[in-house]
Amino acid sequence: MTLSFNQETCSGCKACELVCSLQNLKIINPSKAMLHVSALFPEPGKYFVEICDQCGECANACPREAIVLIKGTYRIDKKKCDQCLLCVPACPKNLVKVDDTGMPYKCINCRQCVEVCPRDALAFN
Amino acid sequence: MLYGYAGNTLRIDLSTGTIEKEPLKQEWVDEFIGGRGFTSKILYDENPPGVHPLDPENRFIIAMGPLSGLFVPAAGKTHFAAKSPATGGYGDSNMGGHFGVTMKYAGYDVTILKGSAAEPSYIFIDNDTVEIRPALHLWGRGSTDVEDALKHDLGQDFQILTIGQAGERLVNFACISHDFGRQAGRTGIGAVLGSKKIKAIAVRGTKDIPVFDPKGLLKKGKETYAACREKPGFKGWTPEGTAGITNWCNDVGALPTRNFATSHCDYADKINGKAILDQLKITDKGCFSCPIPCGKYGVAKTEMGKVYVEGPEYETLALLGSNCELSDIHAVAHANWVCDELGLDTCSAGAVVSFALECYEKGLISEEEMGMDVKWGDLASMVHILECIARREGIGDLLAEGVFKAAQKIGKDSSKFAIHVKGLEWTGYESRNAPGMMLGYMTADVGAHHSRCWVLGSDVANAVGGNKDANVHDLISGGASFDTIPKADHKNVVPLVLKSQHLRPAFDILGTCRLQYMEIGLETSYYEDLYYHATGKKLDFNRELLNLSEKIWNLNRMFNKREIPDFGRQYDYPPPRFYEESIPSGPNKGHCMPFPVIEEMLDAYYQARGWDSNGIPTNETLKKFNLIKSTTPQL
Repeated sequence: MTLSFNQETCSGCKACELVCSLQNLKIINPSKAMLHVSALFPEPGKYFVEICDQCGECANACPREAIVLIKGTYRIDKKKCDQCLLCVPACPKNLVKVDDTGMPYKCINCRQCVEVCPRDALAFN
Repeated sequence: MLYGYAGNTLRIDLSTGTIEKEPLKQEWVDEFIGGRGFTSKILYDENPPGVHPLDPENRFIIAMGPLSGLFVPAAGKTHFAAKSPATGGYGDSNMGGHFGVTMKYAGYDVTILKGSAAEPSYIFIDNDTVEIRPALHLWGRGSTDVEDALKHDLGQDFQILTIGQAGERLVNFACISHDFGRQAGRTGIGAVLGSKKIKAIAVRGTKDIPVFDPKGLLKKGKETYAACREKPGFKGWTPEGTAGITNWCNDVGALPTRNFATSHCDYADKINGKAILDQLKITDKGCFSCPIPCGKYGVAKTEMGKVYVEGPEYETLALLGSNCELSDIHAVAHANWVCDELGLDTCSAGAVVSFALECYEKGLISEEEMGMDVKWGDLASMVHILECIARREGIGDLLAEGVFKAAQKIGKDSSKFAIHVKGLEWTGYESRNAPGMMLGYMTADVGAHHSRCWVLGSDVANAVGGNKDANVHDLISGGASFDTIPKADHKNVVPLVLKSQHLRPAFDILGTCRLQYMEIGLETSYYEDLYYHATGKKLDFNRELLNLSEKIWNLNRMFNKREIPDFGRQYDYPPPRFYEESIPSGPNKGHCMPFPVIEEMLDAYYQARGWDSNGIPTNETLKKFNLIKSTTPQL
């Protein structure tokens, strides 16, 4: 079970980024969200949402095995993580972020973006 | 801690290059809340009285509201204001997209520009880094072309606003463009930026916006998005957006046609929302955090080429479409793109082109003066006129002043069909059959703009005998049943007009789009709760916010009085066409708004507002709104 994106209905509103940062980080700041909406205009006139599909590259890059697969979701074990941040450039979608303390964070499949998206452009399947 | 706000004002003096950041004034927050409240207060207090709109001393203000950028549906509006080149009075305009929220994420609720740069420049903002950068390489280029270039140079995560050639050449209806199709169109706000030699502003913002109760805002925000989904308009209104009203306007005889000569055409089906979906649309295009994206982005193909364009939305369909007798959706969309690229407001541009076509038809402008043999409903003719205006070439130099000033120079009764109020061109709703709408246009602070008042639903429902589509109006009036709403007798439209004039701009104070409320009926109580979780303060929407909206209305009226030497009742009259000529065809054939009725409505309106018979707020009214001190010249 992972997130999926339907480009046909996305209208670029970024409600997903808003709820992501507020739900997980308790802040209003879309730039810190664990998914990223981008727009390609004037041509072709389409929106894109980079989402974590739990590909596991971050876990592969982690030298301390601090990123582990639990029920289909890669989670960062903060006790094991030594903040080397090798997982950050390993993510093919640049969606492993770093918080103010230097700790990496990533999508945990909380599904709030799916719930809020008014266009049903995000799904969990 | 000031919750719900970024907390800073950015002041840039373009003449000296001075850039200053200061804490957002608590006085502004406490008394005026945000957005339109801030712009009205700051313009009145800080603009030197009597300054010319294109003088460097005219302030250009950008303001966001306390809900801007938060987890709130459609919290993406940016509010701009300056003394208007079109009217000489209070001028403002707002746009959707992502610019204002990014300014807020960069740390600025308010930005105030004064002075003028020595050479074409753009303002670069990357959080705390603010620079005035040279823009000679961008000057003379089209709006979306420049946006594309700056995004390429700086990064896709920068949000850009630009002006086109029209802004550079100080056209009185030059707009600001953003996000490849969003505009702050009205009051000539783009010309003010042009007078300051500012071609663009580019901003990236990645800071947090502090909120009082993040957990509460999360919960209420989710509830609000969920509530939007449950509204019938969510699925009913969104697909076509504002263009969905085109046929309704035509059916009730309110669609401006041939420079407002009549109010109905026989080709509305060809230029309506369905035509956009069937023939143009690539994607729905939403503003920041908006669940009901009204933007329809697509491709128009005509003999003049293939262009990517957002729209046309309803006003553009009416003003560039039927009002210029353009009956092909691709042609209307192409004209829309030309306006966007040149940086012209499509509302005023359509009104000016239709005025020019009527002048030409009546022999008041010759073929030699016009530069070609122009025709109604001809895209090439329209593009020719629009390009002449934006470059101020030939007759375009005169038309660039707008219909009011152009008619003064052309003479020969052309003022009778120069469709404007206070110098601002009328937008997309014929009102000879609609007394409330007429009064709303007449008395709007910025001139003839529907964003301040829209009561057409009750007006025409009565005029045509109770049209079922009057449910549009039911939404406006907050859920009241149609039976209880005052009907379109001119004797009782004032309360409805006042309510609309306070209600619609209230959303401009908060920093959200009004359409969630107006079009799909999201209740105002949601905004009260969201405001509380954001700021930690209680706000009674109907009592406190609408009271502030009325206060701002009075302050802007006083600004107009201060800035326009003979300001008063005569500035509230509609053009003679509306009281001298009856509608010649369509559902409202024969309707006219006799001048005595106009006078009677103004008397009643002034009385209800607490203004004197010349339309100036009395001392008692100013006292009621605590405006005596701020509007009394200091000795």
